[in-house]
Amino acid sequence: MSNKLTIGCNKEELVKIRQFTSDMLDEHKVPDLQAHKLVLAVDEVCANLIIHANDCNPKSRIEFNIDFKPKQIVFTFKDRGTGFDINEYESPSMEELISTRRQGGLGLMLVKRIMDKIEFSTEKNHNICRLIKMYP
Amino acid sequence: MAEISTENNNGIHFITVNGEIDAGSSIYLDNALKEAMDNGEKKIVADLSGLDYISSAGLGVFISHLDEFKLQNIELALFGINDTVKQVFDILGLEKLLTIENTKEEAIKSLDE
Repeated sequence: MSNKLTIGCNKEELVKIRQFTSDMLDEHKVPDLQAHKLVLAVDEVCANLIIHANDCNPKSRIEFNIDFKPKQIVFTFKDRGTGFDINEYESPSMEELISTRRQGGLGLMLVKRIMDKIEFSTEKNHNICRLIKMYP
Repeated sequence: MAEISTENNNGIHFITVNGEIDAGSSIYLDNALKEAMDNGEKKIVADLSGLDYISSAGLGVFISHLDEFKLQNIELALFGINDTVKQVFDILGLEKLLTIENTKEEAIKSLDE
């Protein structure tokens, strides 16, 4: 099974990336509870790239791949949208979300709590976001 | 895909959510809660036993209505969340903000307390 998937920037494509990630993690015997969290983090970053970085333009593409290394799993997203470094994003507090009645803001909070490391870089016209999870 | 159905029984508005709630389908959950508010429902029980997946978009729907629910004295209880989905609520500490029960009976009972 290829470890690479390319999707268009359409919210309906999120199902594909979740299924792909879930299948790959299953193939590598990642326990269900852990796999569910990793799928969620991938979904959150991907939704963010589709909606905010690429304005839901179905012609824009996101290249995604998963590398199973000896001590870690690396999830890599590559796109040409508006660059955004998750590390520089300060998640709003829960109190703030409740009082402002905002629906957004929880996603990147989840990603930061699930993943061990997040890297962001820009190379030529591409933004590259890497989510790294160490094996327990 | 998400499937949402609603039913009124003994003064309680039940919302049953099946499938997956993500950034694309969270609007259906949002609409169901808004409709309940518009109809003046004061007691809402959400059956999440058929929910296989929820992302922050779905969790955000619940959080975004908490303030209005408090203002309008609307009570909301969730039940039937499976272990994999429950851990997502736990990562964000939502069990402290939402009433989450194991069974339908417990959810209904929690509204009377």
